[in-house]
Amino acid sequence: MKLLTHNMLTSHVQGVIKGYPLIIKATEVKVNELEFSAPFVSRMIPKLEWSLISALNCTLIPDYEKDEEFLRKVHRILLEVEVVEGCLQCPESGREFPISKGVPNMLLIEDE
Amino acid sequence: MYIWPYTVSAVVCHVCKCVLVLYLQFYNEQEAKKYSQNSRMIEIQTQMSERAVELLSLPEDQPCYLLDVGCGSGLSGDYLSEAGHYWVGVDISTAMLDVALQRDVEGDLLLGDMGEGLPFRPGMFDGCISISALQWLCNADKKTHSPPKRLYRFFSTLYSSLARGARAVFQIYPENSEQLELITAQAMKAGFTGGMVVDYPNSSKAKKFFLCLFAGVSGVLPKGLCSESTDRGVSNQAQFTAQRSRFKNMKGKSVKKSKDWIMEKKERRRRQGKDVRADTKYTARHRKPRF
Repeated sequence: MKLLTHNMLTSHVQGVIKGYPLIIKATEVKVNELEFSAPFVSRMIPKLEWSLISALNCTLIPDYEKDEEFLRKVHRILLEVEVVEGCLQCPESGREFPISKGVPNMLLIEDE
Repeated sequence: MYIWPYTVSAVVCHVCKCVLVLYLQFYNEQEAKKYSQNSRMIEIQTQMSERAVELLSLPEDQPCYLLDVGCGSGLSGDYLSEAGHYWVGVDISTAMLDVALQRDVEGDLLLGDMGEGLPFRPGMFDGCISISALQWLCNADKKTHSPPKRLYRFFSTLYSSLARGARAVFQIYPENSEQLELITAQAMKAGFTGGMVVDYPNSSKAKKFFLCLFAGVSGVLPKGLCSESTDRGVSNQAQFTAQRSRFKNMKGKSVKKSKDWIMEKKERRRRQGKDVRADTKYTARHRKPRF
């Protein structure tokens, strides 16, 4: 699960008001190489929940579209770092979604 | 548990035990592999993915962030990657997702049930495609939540997950018109506009149904494909909107007292040689009841 996807995820359990950002508890992480696309990264930046990225020591600069180095850094964080094993925890309810082989299990139980 | 010729997958979905157990039975480890290695299946799925992306009308040469609902083993996702897009796939079968992982797909995969709603923040995706997956939401069983409720939960969360002006294209094999009506009713209830595009409506083999939904902005429905020598009388699109229009053109004639009717009547009388007032901008203008 790439960090870009994690940024988009929220807990969809009924009754939960703000199910994001999900807290990552990773036990295994890997880093891949992926082709860099500047237009894609600069388009995704406004949609992101920036608190998650700034937690990784990357602050948002005002003129990011032209700063290729900044975009490459964001690209590395979002698209090249993958969580392989671990779990995601909802900040509101504490409910955990396990991650196995890089695939988060978002299946809900009967009552949710 | 062995039920010829399928073995029940180790994954049991807690919600919707029946129909999804059927899907999991179909797509257990062996079937999932067979499905993904069958070259004809690959060809069909790729073609349908290509057409679905075409119907999405994404801006040219721009990599987009797309959602693939019911991505299965990633056959449609591979097409999206080839087109230069980044995607996230959701599927309920671990067996199918395992095959997708083995095939080393570029998109991110999520194990989830679309009938439970999509777990995304609002406005994230530039578009959504789904190839041969939506019909799984329609089958009913007493033990589960009702299909309309699941369909609605899916469509409403999808509507919020899409950016404004984004489209969702679903390739489906509708069993009958009731199923189609059920799907479109729930989609409209969730706020979507759009309609059905039918490719090659006259060929039973090549006929394909694509449900095109627009989130936020009303778009022009694309035309369905048809082969050269077909009878043009068969329409290959059906647009639906939230408006209720009164029946126009009963028996081929204009509705009485409408502007068309008045203009036609004046023409008729002119042809009969009678004395008729000239047409001005005030002709057939709506008058107040007291007039």
